[in-house]
Amino acid sequence: MAQFFNKSANNIARISMVLVAVLAGTAFYAYTQIARSSYLTGRYLEKQQPVQFSHKHHTGDDGIDCRYCHSTVETTASAGMPPTQTCMNCHSEIWADSPYLEPVRASFRDNKPIEWERVHDLPEYTYFNHSIHVAKGVGCSTCHGEIDNMPAVYQENTLQMEWCIACHREPGNFIRPKTEIYNMQWQDNELTAAERVNLKSEYKIRTRELLTSCSTCHR
Amino acid sequence: MGIPETKKTFASLREKILAQNGKEYWRSIEEHADTPEFREFVAEEYPHEIEQWDSTLSRRNFVKVMGASLALAGLSGCVIQPPEKIVPYVTSPVGMLPGKPAFFATAMSLGGIATGLLAESFEGRPIKIEGNPLHPGSQGATDVLAQASLLDMYDPDRSQEVTFRGGYSTWESFVPTFRSAIEQNRADGGAGIRFLNTTITSPTLVDQFAQIKRELPNSKLIQFEPVNNDNAMAGARMAFGSPAHTVYRFDRAERVLSLDADIFSSFNTGYIKDYTKQRVYSETKKDMCRLYCIETTVSLMGAKADHRIAVKPSQMTEITKAVAAAVGVSGAVSTYTENADWIAAMARDLAAFRGRSLVIAGAHQSPAVHALAHTMNAALGNVGQTVVYTEPLSPGSEKLQVEQLRELITEIDSGVVKMLVILNGNPVYDTPIDLKLTPERMSKIPLRIHLGLRVDETAEHCHWHVPAKHYLESWSDARAYDGTASIVQPLVAPLYGGKNDHEFVQLFMQENFDQKDYDIIRGFWQRQNIGSGRAAVPVASPPTPVTDTSGGAAGENPEVAAVSQRSDNSNAASTSASPAPVSTASPAGNTAASAGAPGPGLRTGGGAGTGTAASNFEDNWRKAVHDGVVPNTAAPAKSVTASSGFLGQPAPAVQRMGELEINILPDPCVYDGRFSNNGWLQELPKPLNKVTWENVGLISPRTAERLGINTGSDDREFAGGTRGSSFINTKGGNTFSDLVTVTYQGVDIQKPVPMWITPGQPDDVITLFMGYGRTRAGRVGTGIGYNVFDVTRSDAMNSGSGNISAVPGTTTIASTQIHFNMEGRDLLRVWNLDEYNKNPDVGHQHDEYPKSMYPYEEHQEVYNKHNKWAMTIDLNSCVGCNACVIACQAENNIPVVGKEQVERSREMHWLRIDTYYGGGDISNPDGPHFQPVLCQQCEQAPCEVVCPVHATVHSAEGLNDMVYNRCVGTRYCSNNCPYKVRRFNFLLYQDWNTPQYKLMRNPEVTVRSRGVMEKCTYCTQRISAARIEAEKEDRPIRDGEVVTACQAACPTDAIIFGNMHDENSQIAKTKKDHRNYILLNELNTQPRTTYLAALKNQNREMPDYHSREKAVHTPGMQESKAPAGEDGH
Repeated sequence: MAQFFNKSANNIARISMVLVAVLAGTAFYAYTQIARSSYLTGRYLEKQQPVQFSHKHHTGDDGIDCRYCHSTVETTASAGMPPTQTCMNCHSEIWADSPYLEPVRASFRDNKPIEWERVHDLPEYTYFNHSIHVAKGVGCSTCHGEIDNMPAVYQENTLQMEWCIACHREPGNFIRPKTEIYNMQWQDNELTAAERVNLKSEYKIRTRELLTSCSTCHR
Repeated sequence: MGIPETKKTFASLREKILAQNGKEYWRSIEEHADTPEFREFVAEEYPHEIEQWDSTLSRRNFVKVMGASLALAGLSGCVIQPPEKIVPYVTSPVGMLPGKPAFFATAMSLGGIATGLLAESFEGRPIKIEGNPLHPGSQGATDVLAQASLLDMYDPDRSQEVTFRGGYSTWESFVPTFRSAIEQNRADGGAGIRFLNTTITSPTLVDQFAQIKRELPNSKLIQFEPVNNDNAMAGARMAFGSPAHTVYRFDRAERVLSLDADIFSSFNTGYIKDYTKQRVYSETKKDMCRLYCIETTVSLMGAKADHRIAVKPSQMTEITKAVAAAVGVSGAVSTYTENADWIAAMARDLAAFRGRSLVIAGAHQSPAVHALAHTMNAALGNVGQTVVYTEPLSPGSEKLQVEQLRELITEIDSGVVKMLVILNGNPVYDTPIDLKLTPERMSKIPLRIHLGLRVDETAEHCHWHVPAKHYLESWSDARAYDGTASIVQPLVAPLYGGKNDHEFVQLFMQENFDQKDYDIIRGFWQRQNIGSGRAAVPVASPPTPVTDTSGGAAGENPEVAAVSQRSDNSNAASTSASPAPVSTASPAGNTAASAGAPGPGLRTGGGAGTGTAASNFEDNWRKAVHDGVVPNTAAPAKSVTASSGFLGQPAPAVQRMGELEINILPDPCVYDGRFSNNGWLQELPKPLNKVTWENVGLISPRTAERLGINTGSDDREFAGGTRGSSFINTKGGNTFSDLVTVTYQGVDIQKPVPMWITPGQPDDVITLFMGYGRTRAGRVGTGIGYNVFDVTRSDAMNSGSGNISAVPGTTTIASTQIHFNMEGRDLLRVWNLDEYNKNPDVGHQHDEYPKSMYPYEEHQEVYNKHNKWAMTIDLNSCVGCNACVIACQAENNIPVVGKEQVERSREMHWLRIDTYYGGGDISNPDGPHFQPVLCQQCEQAPCEVVCPVHATVHSAEGLNDMVYNRCVGTRYCSNNCPYKVRRFNFLLYQDWNTPQYKLMRNPEVTVRSRGVMEKCTYCTQRISAARIEAEKEDRPIRDGEVVTACQAACPTDAIIFGNMHDENSQIAKTKKDHRNYILLNELNTQPRTTYLAALKNQNREMPDYHSREKAVHTPGMQESKAPAGEDGH
């Protein structure tokens, strides 16, 4: 009986073994890249909002404090979305006739809330609390980026667990003085290592074990 | 194991059950018999039929389909989340903090007795019920009905439209029609108008009916519900000559004799709290009250009693007379001669505690027993000490409810009644058969109107049905057991529209007939001048339609009951001891009701009694609404003189109609049937036999043997034969229960009754339960169980005689009694108080630490740096009332699985209460004893090491975290858990579609899906909330700041939770208590949950004194096998 495989089959077998390994590696790499891509995380994607509200204008140009609208950021889990009333506090006086603001006026007039598109959306099994992060010296821009330069808000970070955990493992690298919490231009390298250590103990930031315990964020 | 060996006949098993001296503690008659089959059953993690495949899909096709899904499964992690909207308010309500729950004081009434509650509102939706620490009827705790009332409110089966002759109508078209009907009746003073209500104590409603009586003097109010106070009122009349309401002071009673009373399942948490104050044992309070119990069926109180006798219902009066004679009631002569030593020794003990003893009589006991209890309390000097009498809380108590009903039925039959207004009851279903409001009777009434939560059996036969508001949706007021009034405030706008009884009754007024409930309630209290320092509203006055005399001038008595004073003090104490949730006052005005969201409110710490009585009404009103209690409204004491003259009168005898005696009791879960459509309550295992989704008839082991009940004659008996495993009924058990026809006073119950062999049940006594056999309850409650209202009679409402006769076939009972069995080891510890006090080290447990293969030191290093959460459960206090189970279910979004799934041991309750009988005598066992078992939070957790995906791991604070989104459902963890506390979502149990349920769920807890393991995490969401608040304020978490849901609900304070590192915390103290022990200590799991041994305060002089010195620390099961999980599948 003749040989079923000729000699070149050995090479083919060897090459295909290598190819399989390479392909598997490539596929895994591609998977990790796709999983982190903005296609899946929604990072950098600007969303069309019902009102063309510009954070760049209100925060960056006018210098309105974050907490004027996101008023519960220091007290509750949610930073708080401003009720239409908050918009109307100013816009019943200025730009009161602007066509851009018609949806706001309509909301106030008809007692119908404005339905904003959510930009930063954590999974439902993740319980994030704004107030404790602010209290422990995590600034707005650490997670949200330079909001004061965003005409339309987009998601600056992946909001994936590896990103959360990076800070929960080494919180010292991401904290800042309490006076700078709402400073959108703050850069993490403005503090020395020693200052970070001091700040961390001043804030009594909990241990790495506690911050990375599952039940800290998941219930 | 070969089949022939396992094929034991029932006869031999029964012999074993009855003759053998079983192990020290056992959970069911099956375990008591301890057959090889039972052991095999226990060895399986989930019982029989688990392998059964429901779907029509064949296994092969299933694999094909699953293959395709598995290929896609890898991608499911990458799915983009659906876009979400953020919808802020247009104008934010003042004081609203998104994501922060607010608590509002309200109250729930049952049988005219209110329990004060704090309802937790999350962005305008009530999501959880807690007790109101300021309210005497709650004292911070709750019962199962209050917890489950939340689900009742969201019930999608509630009626949503006004209906006229079954067709849809509107309130707007109802009102003019109804008003003109009333006007037609005005000429003769409303002679044809009858109101049929459940027991009324609401001061405003009483006042409204008084006004109707003035406007329509010939109308009549009838109050009837099947669980009522008739016997107590008749008994008081026998003893005192006038009806009186009895208020017990358990907090002063050191010796209690219960005559078939069961305060532990009577839904009065105030009483249980008071009782616990005397019963609690600590290293500093080494004596506790002693409980004697004479009863006619097994009850929670009998289970917890130190000495118990079970007698037949017909013997109850005579044994009570014997006790009365022994304590020195003049004229008491008894024909009861048994247990003379027992009675004499007990009487000596009661007499020794003159003024500190207490005799209580059960609501379903005959008037004579009540009267004898009164005379005994008088003879023992307890009146004014441990027992206080007041005027009846409900108007019209001069006439028994059943007599009121009889009058109504006579009038209906004679055609006098022109208009019947049924408020809240379900009389077509639950009236006794000789006074049944049958459809034929109903059709004789020209106009019938029903106000109720659901279209039930009664609504079906009414012309008009008007949807009622739930108490969480309406303004009302209510009275506690001591008369203290509460304002009921709404948490949310009515989900389905509807009106409450105040608004409905208001339609009869000539003026202001369209007043809203808020205006009615507020208007009433404005007239009462609340907060002026004296009893504002006299109890049982003013006169009402059925009251001829203007009830009580007693209300004017300035000596406003020590009761109210006492409750103020104790409440203030309990407030400071346990941090109650901050209660927020409701908005002034109707904002809460109309906006569906709590609006502007006073946000004050729940401080009671701190404010002085302000002069203006607005302040007093806001304070009363905020606190949930109107100050100084407790009923004043009524001075009465008990005479034993009634002993000479002949007792009315019920004709004996059979050889068996039959007791009829309200169901411990669904009560008289009004909660039938509540899935939480249906699935709640009944406290003593753990039956779910059904009512059974209780029978004693000896009677069952005599009558051949539950003899295991089912064909399915050996159905598992080829596998070599046989099913539970081969053990002669209850799970496949025989059906019988019960004849009660000559009438048959229509549906066959499944029988349940109950250790401790008196022989020849069958106990039946109300609340089932509903024909129109809703999608949950319709058609399950038998209906005792087929047979109750006005002369035999609660007990009578009858027979049972077997019908072919058996039924499967979904009882969780034998589920999650941990196999007899040193699980339960019960000691005698005197023996324990002599030798507190009796139960010292070995520290198993050196044997560990876990990196123990490494773990400890982490734990030492953090809060060390731990729980202690005091088995001495626990009365098995189930409040914790439902509280856990509500807090943690635990689904209901249905009867068929419970049969397969797939119930999802994170917390179960194991009941253990003690002693070898199955007919007269010790206990049962109760042991709540939840995740023990082992420091060296066996579940964690076997999880292939790290879905269950330890937190730095020692919690055994469960990460739902990581779980892939291997169930290895559950298999390896020696405590059997993990629950697996075999199917999609959560209702993801019904919108109402979405509103109800706790947003702080993940809603789990199919294929996910879940379990108790010590309410980690509450720990997180407290930790975040503490960190923001830069302080450690205070002791008592984290209160788990089960702990908050517990009426006996049996559950203690806290940080073990805090030396001064209550938890650290209990961990050092000598009674503290670890469940399955020999496994060295180092659990954070431990137990305090139960104590029995037995009287050495009693003939049934039972020394437990030998029983200590003996493993129950000799042939103890490996942990249950190891030889699983």
